[in-house]
Amino acid sequence: MADPMRIRAQASGSNAVVRVLMSHEMETGQRKDSAGKVVPAWHITNVTTALNGKQVMSAEWGPAVAKNPFLQFTLKGAKAGDKVSVTWKDNKGETRTDEATIS
Amino acid sequence: MRKTSITLAILFGALAASGALAQKSATESIEEYRKMLEDGNPADLFEAKGDALWKQKRGPKNASLEACDLGKGPGVVKGAFVELPRYFADVAKVQDLESRLVSCMERLQGFNAAEIAKTPFGRGEMANVTALATYVAAESKGLAFNLPQSHAQEKTFYETGKRLFFMRGGTHDFACASCHGEEGKRIRLQDLPDLTKNPGDGVGFAAWPAYRVSNGQMWSMQLRLNDCYRQQRFPYPEFGSDAITALSTYLGVNSKGAKSAAPTIKR
Repeated sequence: MADPMRIRAQASGSNAVVRVLMSHEMETGQRKDSAGKVVPAWHITNVTTALNGKQVMSAEWGPAVAKNPFLQFTLKGAKAGDKVSVTWKDNKGETRTDEATIS
Repeated sequence: MRKTSITLAILFGALAASGALAQKSATESIEEYRKMLEDGNPADLFEAKGDALWKQKRGPKNASLEACDLGKGPGVVKGAFVELPRYFADVAKVQDLESRLVSCMERLQGFNAAEIAKTPFGRGEMANVTALATYVAAESKGLAFNLPQSHAQEKTFYETGKRLFFMRGGTHDFACASCHGEEGKRIRLQDLPDLTKNPGDGVGFAAWPAYRVSNGQMWSMQLRLNDCYRQQRFPYPEFGSDAITALSTYLGVNSKGAKSAAPTIKR
């Protein structure tokens, strides 16, 4: 089971700024371990976000994204009390969804 | 051809001018870089993990750590970090945060302390100890360091730590004080705080545990000190050894009054 994300969402005017911190190894598949064997790739491939259950963004990620990635975006027309959910899926098929309420 | 070279010259002139305007000291640039990273400090993830671990019933005894006494009474986490290392009567010695956590894990949860102490940093239960330390430290963010020095052992640890700080050894004949004994020193672009006195809020002892961006690892104070020893080409003390605790006591007492910024983010 993957570790939880940290989602902070703050309304400012008619927008809301969402900041997400994900916990993931983001192994590129380019590195070798001490025995010389390639460390298999293990990284997030898809990120989707939803506002009150309606998808507002989807992104494809690759091995170039850093370990424990940080994602920030602005949601137009979001207000305090709305629910933002973020889902990631990695190349091993593992997935995690976390939700936060805009404050 | 001639035209090109003139254009180039103009371009170069412009670049040089803007370069001069934007000239910043290395320290300022690093400060700026840290500021940019601060907002998404992955240490938050370790803090959240430690928070969950603190409350979770685990180990052979299936107990949580909520009854753990970090020096301010069983279960009191807030403010504990800025008073460690300190003397604990139940084990009759001075312990730093990480050793104390391992003691609690052994006594309350039934884990094997010796086994944990042998585990390398970042693996197995040791990774959990670091996460727990991050959580405990974060609960005291912004509080001023005030290590107790009333018990005789606490004084002994301070004096021992002071000696270790100035003890030169290894192939380079280095001591902690070689780099951290006076102001204005640096290694490459890293400023080295003078740790023989209070280095200021959120510097030195008040900055760890910290998340290292360069290797994506959460580093506890003990690992920080171990790495200093590695850089001195000196074999580093065992986990939870009195030597490390003594050094921490010395650094902690010197930081009296400095506000804790831990967990921080480092290059």
